Amino acid sequence: MKQQLSILAGAFAAVLLGGQVSAAELRIGTAAEPSALDPHYHNLTPNNTVRRHIFESLVDQDAKQRLIPALAESWRTIDDKTWEFKLRKGVKFHDGTEFTAQDFVYTVCRIPNVANSPSSFTLYTKGIDSIEVPDPHTLIIRTAAPYPLLPVELTTFGIISAKAAGGETVTFDKAGCKADSWPSTQAFNDGSLAIGTGPFKLAAYRKGERIVLDRNPDYWGEKPEWDKVTFRPITSEGPRVAALLAGDVDLVDEPPLQDLERLRKDPKISVVETLSNRIIYLALDQAEKTPTIKGTDDRNPLRDIRVRQAMSMAIDREAIVKRIMNDTAEPAAQLLAPGLFGTNPDLKFSYDAKRAKELLAEAGYPNGFELTIGTPNDRYINDEKIAQAVAQMYSRIGIKTQVDAATVNVFFSRRNKGEFSVFLGGWSAATGEASSPLKSLVATRIKEKGFGPTNYTGYSNPKLDDLLTKALATVDDKEREKLLAEAMKTAVDDVALVPLHYEVTSWAMRKGLSYEPRADQYTLAYAVRSAK
Amino acid sequence: MLVFLIRRIAQSAIVVAIMSVLVFTGIFAIGNPIDVLISPEADEAERAAAIARLGLDLPMHEQFLAFARNALAGDLGISFVHGVPAVQLVLERFPATLELALLAMTIAVLTGIPLGVWAGLRPDSKAGKIIMAGSILGFSLPTFWVGMLLIMAFAVSLGWLPASGRGETVEVLGVPFSFLTANGLKHMILPALNLALFKVSLVIRLARAGTREVALQDYVRFARAKGLSPARIVGVHILKNIMIPVVTVLGLEFGSVIAFSVVTETVFAWPGMGKLLIDSILLLDRPVVVAYLLVTVLLFIVINLVVDLLYSLLDPRIRLGGAKA
Repeated sequence: MKQQLSILAGAFAAVLLGGQVSAAELRIGTAAEPSALDPHYHNLTPNNTVRRHIFESLVDQDAKQRLIPALAESWRTIDDKTWEFKLRKGVKFHDGTEFTAQDFVYTVCRIPNVANSPSSFTLYTKGIDSIEVPDPHTLIIRTAAPYPLLPVELTTFGIISAKAAGGETVTFDKAGCKADSWPSTQAFNDGSLAIGTGPFKLAAYRKGERIVLDRNPDYWGEKPEWDKVTFRPITSEGPRVAALLAGDVDLVDEPPLQDLERLRKDPKISVVETLSNRIIYLALDQAEKTPTIKGTDDRNPLRDIRVRQAMSMAIDREAIVKRIMNDTAEPAAQLLAPGLFGTNPDLKFSYDAKRAKELLAEAGYPNGFELTIGTPNDRYINDEKIAQAVAQMYSRIGIKTQVDAATVNVFFSRRNKGEFSVFLGGWSAATGEASSPLKSLVATRIKEKGFGPTNYTGYSNPKLDDLLTKALATVDDKEREKLLAEAMKTAVDDVALVPLHYEVTSWAMRKGLSYEPRADQYTLAYAVRSAK
Repeated sequence: MLVFLIRRIAQSAIVVAIMSVLVFTGIFAIGNPIDVLISPEADEAERAAAIARLGLDLPMHEQFLAFARNALAGDLGISFVHGVPAVQLVLERFPATLELALLAMTIAVLTGIPLGVWAGLRPDSKAGKIIMAGSILGFSLPTFWVGMLLIMAFAVSLGWLPASGRGETVEVLGVPFSFLTANGLKHMILPALNLALFKVSLVIRLARAGTREVALQDYVRFARAKGLSPARIVGVHILKNIMIPVVTVLGLEFGSVIAFSVVTETVFAWPGMGKLLIDSILLLDRPVVVAYLLVTVLLFIVINLVVDLLYSLLDPRIRLGGAKA
């Protein structure tokens, strides 16, 4: 009877929902929503995800963040400071006009001129010193100094149509391009300028509700399988999973850890996952005076490398990964998952509470000290729980540790004001290679070089800075990788930070779909395929 | 009447002014929005540029003065997060919230009042007791949990209704509404039920208490003695006299359903205003929070006004005089 009822119910539902689900429609439930559709407005993962469907970049990255050609067919260095990019011919924008080098010039010009941008892409264009256009499908880009990351940085921003925005005559000028006016963010949101070369066209954008994309029939590359793609922000974890189980959406990103086990067992669902480019770490304040340590007569014990070694050794990373992260993470010994460019295969972590205690005694703290760890409680997966576990492990070696957890907006403000002696942080290497965490987290803070913007520990080692400076000016990949690996070793040997684990990113989808999990955490509809 | 209105508006203006100062300083105290908004990759020069772009480099009182000047000219500022006018963001979300709130309130009135009156007329009957027990459940079950339960039952297990989101919409005078399409209505049922549950319980309790009191009044007995039909006694004489507290509470509840139904909107991924408020607070998007609360204050003022007007319709003894208001 029950069986019959549910069949009836199913039939009823099928009638109700009939016609709504067509074979070539893909509906995606996302944990976060872009703040705008303007590709240059806000450098934020959800924005960059949707951007990739509509606007393409010159160079792209594959699922493992290796460079692949996109609008540029090929590129080479003419000398250390000069790059030549050959652009793809016959690529059409959504409005039918042809893509040429001028579109790139205009894009680079527009990026610094986005009004009210809370996080600009100028970060990735300021390496460019001059642009020459010998013919409509060739770009010569010069940089002031050798700049090996140029192709990587060109993957970060999408190319907009110069013609649609009325910028056919704009020329590049390092000091600022001239134009009568620059397109507004609003013009991209309402679709009038949402004209790219990507595999999808914007069909509808309703903030908080949905973004609908239609297939671009004239796309130059492999045509996506889906006629129509809908992104729906479902920010709460439970409802996101429920929407997948109910068949409201076909795929969700960031399924919550506690539901993964159940989803994996569900015969109607498949789960894919991969190691992400994000490291979770503890930052140890190495300044003269430090705010949240007590019982040391005002000295900062974290300045002593033996204390820092002890604080790394005292952590049982495998236990954290197993118990708190449900095995959906990898214990970490360095600042970026091994295997990615510039990491060091020789670095290992160790867990030895006894030795940690000895090291503390050698450093003059046989009875430990009192410590408060700051942590966000809604930023990284299980962030507060991890900090609690670390606090217990520290208490075992005599460092009486408390946890001070706060929501992100409060936490980041307090951290930036230097209110924590030790805090838990996370870092995603957007470029997918080691210079990103090294430059931001552990290099000495030098404003002119852009070094150390997130180095809140005051750690500074000239050897590391030199290696990094050299690496960032070495165009030869092999040589650069060696220098970065060496810099990584220096940071780890000094215990500049305590790496905890690399997060694993997962996606859950209905059976019959497949998605190659991406290290950069993007959910790309054109890479979702149905099993034949 | 006119004096009454002018006084109301003056009072409201003071409320709005005080509130905007409170909200502004409150959010300023939480932290710097740029810490949350900017890409962590950004270096210091980049950071300084972004801070200047958003006008966050000025000291607080200057920021407030700039805000107040623009606000008086009708401009509540540009959202830090979305880069579009804050008021526009809030108003875009308004139709979705309004239609959901209206449906929820309709459910609350249409089920709450009959059940409450029934329970009030027959307080010792089995049905009356069951209704009261049900209303206790409606009060005490957490909205979040009930919402998830509704989704699990009707969307995941039975597959009758969609789990979340807003369905197809039709534009009426340029405003998108979803209650006019079958698909849209289906999307509304679960969130509206979830929102209505608490209100139904509230209305039941108010209606029951009122009915029990009124049913014993002399004029009801007199009406009965005169031989009026029970339907007329209940439908006119009792109902009209229990409505004042019900209307008062419903008015306030209606306002709060529109402005603060954050939980339901989150559980059902409903693109309404409540969710916008929470997201904006989390991202310290000050212009949106301020605009939001101003719109909310305005809304409550209008609702209270309507409630006062309804009083005078329900009870002819009440006059909206300028002298006593």
